[in-house]
Amino acid sequence: MSVTIGKKSVGEKVFDAANILFLTFFAITAVYPFVNILSISFSTPAAANAYGLKLIPKEFSIEGYKEVFANRYIWTGYANTIFRTAVGTFLNVVFTVLCAYPLSKRYLPNRNFYTSLIVFTMFFSGGLIPNYLLIKELGLLDNRLSLILPGLVAPFTMVIVRNFFMSLPEEIEESAKIDGAQDLRVLFSIVLPVSAPIIATISLWYAVAHWNAWFDSLLYMQTPDKMVLQTVLRKIVIEGSSQFQNFDTYDPANYNAPSPDIIKAATIMVATTPILFVYPFIQKYFVKGVLVGSLKG
Amino acid sequence: MAETAIPTSANRKKAPNRIMTWLRLYKKHRYLLLMLLPPILYFLLFRYVPMYGVILAFKNYRFLDGIFGSAWNGLDNFHTLFNGRDFPRAFRNTIILSTLKLIFGFPAPIILALLLNELRIIVFKRIVQTVSYLPHFLSWVVLAGVFMEIFSPTRGIVNYVIQWFGGEPIFFFGDRDWFRTLLVSTEVWKTVGWGSIIYLAALSGIDPSLYEAAVVDGANRWRQVWHITLPAMMPVITIMFILAVGGIINDDFDQVFNFYNPAVYEVGDVLSTYTYRLGITEMKYALATASGLFVNVIAFALIILTNKITKRFSDYGIW
Repeated sequence: MSVTIGKKSVGEKVFDAANILFLTFFAITAVYPFVNILSISFSTPAAANAYGLKLIPKEFSIEGYKEVFANRYIWTGYANTIFRTAVGTFLNVVFTVLCAYPLSKRYLPNRNFYTSLIVFTMFFSGGLIPNYLLIKELGLLDNRLSLILPGLVAPFTMVIVRNFFMSLPEEIEESAKIDGAQDLRVLFSIVLPVSAPIIATISLWYAVAHWNAWFDSLLYMQTPDKMVLQTVLRKIVIEGSSQFQNFDTYDPANYNAPSPDIIKAATIMVATTPILFVYPFIQKYFVKGVLVGSLKG
Repeated sequence: MAETAIPTSANRKKAPNRIMTWLRLYKKHRYLLLMLLPPILYFLLFRYVPMYGVILAFKNYRFLDGIFGSAWNGLDNFHTLFNGRDFPRAFRNTIILSTLKLIFGFPAPIILALLLNELRIIVFKRIVQTVSYLPHFLSWVVLAGVFMEIFSPTRGIVNYVIQWFGGEPIFFFGDRDWFRTLLVSTEVWKTVGWGSIIYLAALSGIDPSLYEAAVVDGANRWRQVWHITLPAMMPVITIMFILAVGGIINDDFDQVFNFYNPAVYEVGDVLSTYTYRLGITEMKYALATASGLFVNVIAFALIILTNKITKRFSDYGIW
């Protein structure tokens, strides 16, 4: 950052003040949309339909949330999302480590061939329809496994883990090998314990990706009960699907009944709150990923 | 390998030996290889089988015949796409939107990083940074829902401001004249904070003594930014720009798919959303495969090209 020695000039003072003002405005534009939705979700229809800043609900009401929590698809959506995030992330990490560890060994036969085989998939893919037809042919349509299996290993993440393994000193493994430990035991009792930070980091990457994923569920799931939360959210908020949220019973004459917009806002809040609370604490692990990725030679 | 061209007795002896060595190596490292087997099988099944599936792009797909039984039809599918109305439109929209996003979205994180870098109050800087990362952690489904309120013609804040200045309310999500503006501005809004990380990292690597030396030479803060900060950022900016141009064929499916509707297909339908409708909604598998392959081949060529160029500009490429 640029420095000043001695007193700041008038121009500098003006710039510093304007900079703080601008960045404050910028930060507000980043959070305001969510404050707005939060406010609407707790409003009565009359307050929600009025123009205004809507920072706090003018007339407080929790009718929208009552409606959302009475919707069974919110619950099945949550259950499916938690399932795919938990099981999916676990399998992601297992397969990524199983892939990265052997490839980190310079003496692995045909190492370059296997590495290129995997890295190539970062740059070229079959595309939407061939992937869809594969899932269909495998009989995985409408099966929750189709949310987990197709993305088992992210090549980019695998390369980062492999590089981490390569950076570990070889001595610790050699000493174990002399003691007669097999590769698998070396991995589990020596390499993994010292790799806890990277394992935690990639777990978070995979977990957030699972939590936010919606397209695969939209594509592969047919039974509404099997759809993940983000897909249910899309069905209600974007498509306005009556199958997922019945808006027909809304009676504008009833002052207290929540309007579709309030229900939509409450649905967004219910689906988004976990990540809003968690992200400030986990963002540093993701920042690391951006930097590692950019430094990769 | 020229030596294999002429089979001499020495070579004939060598070949089985090579296989023996190979087998011995594989036996020696069998546990490592066994570990690698499940991931490799995964890649073959879920990544390479679909790649083989692109042959569908050159076939006349019929449900009864299946992928392998269907007859070849050469480049007919591509002819159909290019001579249709929607594919060229989607292609045009993709390029226009990518270019607009590049023009407005590329400088934004650089400017944000420069402004953050000039902040003296570190706590404030941290708060602004953390807040700016928020949109990165949310899906476009959530963001589309949120923006439908913000840009609502009857009660959204944006139209409130427009009317306050005496303008007419605009239906951003359904207005052909405004839909691209909506896509570009929300994209910039979502990516600016996260995009600034890489530039801030470049800034934190600048030697502070450079600034001190500049002050001694009488440079004010503007001069310091111009002569020290910006030159230090140039390598990163160059690489990021080349990569961004290389990604020009890649549209943002998640965003467009959650924002658009038939009223704005004319200006907002992009290649990925068109491919989706063609394949999944209309079940024209062969045409949709061809459309996807067209994009993937161009994207792949651009990646090879940009990697060559970045290697020329710096010591490191993408791989």
